[in-house]
Amino acid sequence: MKILTLLSFFATHPLTNSINLEEQTAQFFSSGHTNNWAVLVCTSRFWFNYRHVANTLSVYRSVKRLGIPDSHIVLMLADDMACNHRNPKPATVFSHKNMELNVYGDDVEVDYRGYEVTVENFLRVLTGRLPPSTPRSKRLLSDDRSNILIYLTGHGGNGFLKFQDSEEISNVELADAFEQMWQKRRYNELLFIIDTCQGASMYERFYSPNLMALASSQVGEDSLSHQPDLAIGVHLMDRYTFYLLEFLEDIHPASKSNMNDLFKVCPKSQCVSTPGHRTDLFLRDPGSVLITDFFGSVRKIEITMEAVNLTGPVQAVEESPVTGEANKELYSYVDQLPVSEIIHQKPKQRDWHPPDGFILGLWSLILLVFFKTYGMKHLKHIF
Amino acid sequence: MATTEVERRRGQLAALSIAVVVVVVGVPLWWRTTETYRAWLPVSQILELAKLQLHLSADVEVVFARGTVTPEQQKKFPLTQTQDEEHPVDEETALRYRYETRYRTATVMEEDALNKPTAAEADLSLHTLSESPCGSLVVYVIPESSSLLPEDVNVYVGQRRTALLRGDAQMRAGKTLEQLLAQVQPGIKRVLQVMSFNHADITAALSDRVRFNPGSKESIADSMRAFKSSPGYEITFSLLNPDPKSHRLHWDIEGAVQTFIQPLLKKLSPVSNFSIDSQTLYYAMLGVNPRFDTGLSAFTLNADSLAHVINPVEARLGSNAASSNPVLNFLLYVPDAHHSPLLIQDHKKQEAPSNAFHSPRWGGIMVYNVDSFYGPEPEFPVDIDINMAKVMGVFLAQLRLLLGVQSSTPPPGFLIAPCSRTGLADWELDRLMWSRSVENVATATTTITSLAQLLDQIGNIVINDNIAQQVSSAVTSLQLAVAELEAGNLGFALQYSKEAILASEKAFFDPSLLHLLYFPDDQKFAIYIPLFLPMCVPILLSLLKILSELRQKYKEKQAKKD
Repeated sequence: MKILTLLSFFATHPLTNSINLEEQTAQFFSSGHTNNWAVLVCTSRFWFNYRHVANTLSVYRSVKRLGIPDSHIVLMLADDMACNHRNPKPATVFSHKNMELNVYGDDVEVDYRGYEVTVENFLRVLTGRLPPSTPRSKRLLSDDRSNILIYLTGHGGNGFLKFQDSEEISNVELADAFEQMWQKRRYNELLFIIDTCQGASMYERFYSPNLMALASSQVGEDSLSHQPDLAIGVHLMDRYTFYLLEFLEDIHPASKSNMNDLFKVCPKSQCVSTPGHRTDLFLRDPGSVLITDFFGSVRKIEITMEAVNLTGPVQAVEESPVTGEANKELYSYVDQLPVSEIIHQKPKQRDWHPPDGFILGLWSLILLVFFKTYGMKHLKHIF
Repeated sequence: MATTEVERRRGQLAALSIAVVVVVVGVPLWWRTTETYRAWLPVSQILELAKLQLHLSADVEVVFARGTVTPEQQKKFPLTQTQDEEHPVDEETALRYRYETRYRTATVMEEDALNKPTAAEADLSLHTLSESPCGSLVVYVIPESSSLLPEDVNVYVGQRRTALLRGDAQMRAGKTLEQLLAQVQPGIKRVLQVMSFNHADITAALSDRVRFNPGSKESIADSMRAFKSSPGYEITFSLLNPDPKSHRLHWDIEGAVQTFIQPLLKKLSPVSNFSIDSQTLYYAMLGVNPRFDTGLSAFTLNADSLAHVINPVEARLGSNAASSNPVLNFLLYVPDAHHSPLLIQDHKKQEAPSNAFHSPRWGGIMVYNVDSFYGPEPEFPVDIDINMAKVMGVFLAQLRLLLGVQSSTPPPGFLIAPCSRTGLADWELDRLMWSRSVENVATATTTITSLAQLLDQIGNIVINDNIAQQVSSAVTSLQLAVAELEAGNLGFALQYSKEAILASEKAFFDPSLLHLLYFPDDQKFAIYIPLFLPMCVPILLSLLKILSELRQKYKEKQAKKD
């Protein structure tokens, strides 16, 4: 009897092994993507919106930790927190109370900062309609096998999202931008996460395939912030992103958690608002979509089976005498700003100009008032 | 009384004239000043192109060697046949393949060539006799008893555009020409599937238009692995030396690229441009810990951990790219002295013969073990000259895979000649050109049609003259490309398709086409009402008053009549 059970145990073992292999090869084809991109946008500026910058930087950290390189991340921040006059700890942006975690640092590569974070630039990045002089780091160079993560945070309303207190993007524009991305096959699958008030209204109008969306609150609800830090004086994070990050801390590049776990992040008891999600446009079942399909960058690997049989000596590259000399020139840095010359410079002699309109007007006003007050008879003293 | 009458008259005339001025002058002026400039686009031609009918034609020459046909059959030669195959892909796309086959017997010189001892030599002398143009094929049918091909091999595919097909014994047995041809057809068809365009490749190339095409697993993997068609590629070779204290590495990358890689790239120049650079990175670790295998007495990396190797390294790879072209990275990793030798194992725990792996649409990494270069008493740092031929052999194979040149495993009974010096056979280049032309045409048509749709839907986008010009030139190039494909001129078709794609991408991604002018209707009303309502209300009211007076007068007139 025992031998039978032992034998059956050994019989199933190779079976599961081969099933494992099949699963692994199936994994290659299941997601259909070969590279990952992330577009992280913080749409607010000013000191009291500290938490939005901390939100975005924390997501940036997680995404980098899970493997997406800087060259594949487009980070748009107002970037006015770390060096703000009101920051009691300059050059830091904390995401946790009691200043436990500094998410700013010297390896944060912000692609669009300050006043460059506009609706126009955001749409240009998404649709690819950038001027030809834009560098590679500011472009979204995705192809039809890219999975893109888009994270937006800031102040929003029913059907719009406010950018930098001066303009807004509507949900129709966003849906149209995604449709243009789809038409040009600029993504394989797209995950859209938004952490604003009434965030669910932003994904209502999507109509392109392969989009999955998560929002921190429904229409009519406000997304609330998490904890204020008494030393810094502002709220440090929003609730939804805080619990999202707690969830992401448990994810490592080889983890197998899927999207259904992500939908359960931050229930109403913790978030006060009701997070929502939308998966009807997504072709795969969310339960089969791994978190690392969007947040990480797990590469597919194939072993190279063959090699080309090359023989023969390596020809040395001939240097023609004309170019030989050109190659030998040494490179040197351009002269830096000649500071010592500047500070010891004498002030330049400026040419004399006749007084301009303002001065003339001012003096004529003074003269008018004088003569009005004291009478025209004093005129003869002047002229 | 008269004055009030005159006053009223005057009032009516004033109201009427203001209304006339507003309607005749004001409304057209407002319309013209608020309309956006839209240059003319050839919309009808674009709609025609939306329904893509691709006709691909290939020329095949079938040469019967002595001993495969009887003299009566020989008298009917030369004979030309045309075969058409229709393959509708979806409601917008249809494919038609045309094979123009010419049958003839071998000339004396060809017979001499076919009498050479091995297939490789026969192939060599055959293509010195004639040069087949781009896109065409020559199949030599040799008798079954011929010793050119080994036992179990029916077809030998040469390095140029020739193939040797072993004929059946029944072919000769006194049949009519039609029966002979019917017998030889399946063999030729199989050769065409390998050497010329085949349905799987072409439908994979159409993936831009036909999105959800459930092809076979191999074809999906192939389409995921190869880079999409692009006018240029950047190739970067990097040498990673994590342990400069132990190894002083010398690699003659310039010479190696010149000798081994440039011939391939020069041959591929009609397809796209390439730019190459190289770099050396010191103290670049792999990021995964290899395990020591006592059985092999070497460190091993298994396939699961390979997936996590690339990301930490990629962050350190610089890029020289000033353009938006896709980048192919080839990394040569020399393991540090404490982790030498390092072997790569696949899922089945077997060693990879080339000790290299590649990632789809990214590049390849090869691990080069140098512990065999240590002398009996190694004094660190050891000077090591890297064997560039071996390294470039692996990189060349990976480059072929990533560019989409490599075909999937050939059917049984096929023997494919090993890669020539350039690394690319002529028929492989033809296949690549076929699939690239189709891919370019498909992408350009989708781009142009979606652009036309977009511009049609959104009435507020300004269409400048340069965009209209790009669109027109894209449409012209597309029409020419489709025509050249139908005629079978592969080189011209590829060139026109490249022009079409460049023009269509330029038009689609023009920065001036940004649609920021989304005005919901209620916002439009909110803008215009405060401007026009105060002006229009008095005019409308006075017009109404005039109308009611006229009606009253008419009634009075009617009453008077009665």
